[in-house]
Amino acid sequence: MSPLVSFAHIAVLVTLVIAAFLAVTLRDLMSSVIALAAASLLLALEYYLLHAPDVAIAEAAIGAALSTAIYIFAVRATRR
Amino acid sequence: MIGEMSRIVRTMTNIIFGFIVVFGFYVIAHGHLSPGGGFQGGAIVASAFALLLVTYGTEVIQQYIAKDLLSVIESTGLILFGSFGFLGISATYFYNIVANSGGLFGSPTVIGVNPGDLNTSGTIALMNIAVGLEVLAALGVIVLTMSAAAEIIQNKEKS
Repeated sequence: MSPLVSFAHIAVLVTLVIAAFLAVTLRDLMSSVIALAAASLLLALEYYLLHAPDVAIAEAAIGAALSTAIYIFAVRATRR
Repeated sequence: MIGEMSRIVRTMTNIIFGFIVVFGFYVIAHGHLSPGGGFQGGAIVASAFALLLVTYGTEVIQQYIAKDLLSVIESTGLILFGSFGFLGISATYFYNIVANSGGLFGSPTVIGVNPGDLNTSGTIALMNIAVGLEVLAALGVIVLTMSAAAEIIQNKEKS
């Protein structure tokens, strides 16, 4: 594994943990949903770096797009 | 209108929607050559549909696409997937008899890495298209139903 790829792995994983932490701790629900989508997108990027592009496409489409849309519908039905 | 977002979001959706749909159908049609396939491409097209629902709300979308139409597309995809298995019933169920036959998706398969010839692989490409239709309609129905339910709750909260 080349040093560039190792650096990309570490950078993606650290950002993934930060995004997941933000998704838990943010007070605004819509911001939390966006942080969760960012975490899912970074997870898709990590799958791609691990040579699983098939899983990466499925994760990006379902985890980052469809579940985010469903969360947004749910957040809209709540009061601020 | 309930659930409609700002002008910025609407303009970006109008620009980007067509590209997402075309990319989804590209992933479906190239399922036997490149990463992805029926499920992934169908999920991408359904995510474009979800983007439309988030931006414009259920009431506007339901004027153009009915839930029954999506249900019919889903059932059609499943029936097509089942009946493509019967094409090679002379050998076994799901036997790939269309490959190398010279017809649609039937040109001879190269040995080794495929350089990108789309017209190969026989039944696999047809089944990818069937699964793609099924998945995009099924996920579309799920998102449409959830959006409609959320808007009903929204109306109750307001009144």
